[in-house]
Amino acid sequence: MIRVKNLNKSFNGKPVLTDISVSFEPGKTNLIIGRSGSGKTVLLKSIVGLHDIDAGEIWYDDVLFNKLDFRGKKEIRKEMGMLFQGSALFDSLTVEQNVRFPLDMFTEKSDEEKRDRVNFCLKRVNILNANNLLPSELSGGMKKRVAIARAIALNPKYLFCDEPNSGLDPLTAILIDDLIKEITEEYAMTTIVNTHDMNSVMKIGEKIIFLSDGIKCWEGNNKDILSSDNNTLNDFVFANALAKQLRITLSRNKPGN
Amino acid sequence: MLRFLTQLGSYFLLLKKVFSKPEKASVYYRQTMHEMVYLGLNSVGIITVISFFMGAVITLQTAYNTENPIYPTYLIGLGCRDSILLEFSSTITALILAGKVGSNIASEIGTMRVTEQIDALEIMGVNSASYLILPKIIATLLFNPVLTLISISVGIFGGWIAGTSAGVITSEDYVYGIQYAFIPYYVTYAIIKTLFFAFIITSVSAFEGYNVEGGSLEVGRASTKAVVFSSVLILLFNVILTQLLLS
Repeated sequence: MIRVKNLNKSFNGKPVLTDISVSFEPGKTNLIIGRSGSGKTVLLKSIVGLHDIDAGEIWYDDVLFNKLDFRGKKEIRKEMGMLFQGSALFDSLTVEQNVRFPLDMFTEKSDEEKRDRVNFCLKRVNILNANNLLPSELSGGMKKRVAIARAIALNPKYLFCDEPNSGLDPLTAILIDDLIKEITEEYAMTTIVNTHDMNSVMKIGEKIIFLSDGIKCWEGNNKDILSSDNNTLNDFVFANALAKQLRITLSRNKPGN
Repeated sequence: MLRFLTQLGSYFLLLKKVFSKPEKASVYYRQTMHEMVYLGLNSVGIITVISFFMGAVITLQTAYNTENPIYPTYLIGLGCRDSILLEFSSTITALILAGKVGSNIASEIGTMRVTEQIDALEIMGVNSASYLILPKIIATLLFNPVLTLISISVGIFGGWIAGTSAGVITSEDYVYGIQYAFIPYYVTYAIIKTLFFAFIITSVSAFEGYNVEGGSLEVGRASTKAVVFSSVLILLFNVILTQLLLS
């Protein structure tokens, strides 16, 4: 479990996150949603320690992560996997070398064991016969899947995904969402996903927090998000034309209307 | 002034991170070998071409500026040898490498920064500064002296070809000149300078790349800054080292 308590973060004196408190549960896909610029990525990067926070606490189970030194953080980070918005695959390495990288760095496995693990991870994300391709030869969806394979290579306890669907067509986005959800359940990971894609919210949002201007405005799940009375959330959820139509239908079907 | 001190502090903090204990020696060894090929071996061609013509021009200029019966012609060979040994093969080679290798390092690391590849390393628990920069520093410290020795040899050879082809010196005089009053310490001096310059080129360029914020435009700017700062520091340290080592 990851717990965030009273987290504050500012850049050059400008507050970006204000008094965020939330718990992210293991075995579930936890979503951070909000408009662009609402502070989702800053929150995610603060949780993983890529940004130093101004005040507050970040707990990984019983460890106060933000007070650890570089070495202490390093130990926790060995249990993290992260999928970046742009995939962040190493350009100069092939698909196989990318997935193998954490195994080379942190395990004493034999070459054959590493190869087996790489092939297992790639098969798990449905990447076949692409071991020797470079990231520049892959499509956006394939890059994301290879990045997921790399993230799960060491069986992490925590998985972080920063806008995993950005730049993908709706069908590929659904595949990535399914994959994240399946892997989360399969390995009982604590998964946190940043997104503003409502398809993802409805499909995999077992726990959702909504950020607006760096403040946590709402917390719930994909079942109660459509019936919320929070206007800021509703403006975000029902922003596109189809959703607006749905909102009208829902309000008509409400008892008393 | 404050900005300069902040940058200087950040540079030394980065170096502290770079020289911390590597996660896994075998991975760093492999990476160092890769960098030796990429940054060192791939520079042999340009160093050879430039050194050849540098030696040729030094010989011809020395010859045309010492056209006097008082001076024995073998001094042309001696002048060419000492110019190449003392200055050209270490300093000029370093300036060329600052352009080629320095911009390469800054843009490579800068691109990794803006595409979140460095963040990905950090998330895995890898000391990104050490993993990315230390192998480059070791590779250039090991290989740049070899480049300097190649440059010295090719430069002197270029001088011999140019001098004898232009008829300004005989082959015997040139060979006698390059052997005359030879001080072996000059080679040591050139190697010591090369080691300092190699460290400057790699660490300054890596620092510029590592601290890029923004996008491709900033990567380009970091690359330019890496070349400019490395070159200025090379020239500054050239003066300091010459005073320290030859006085």
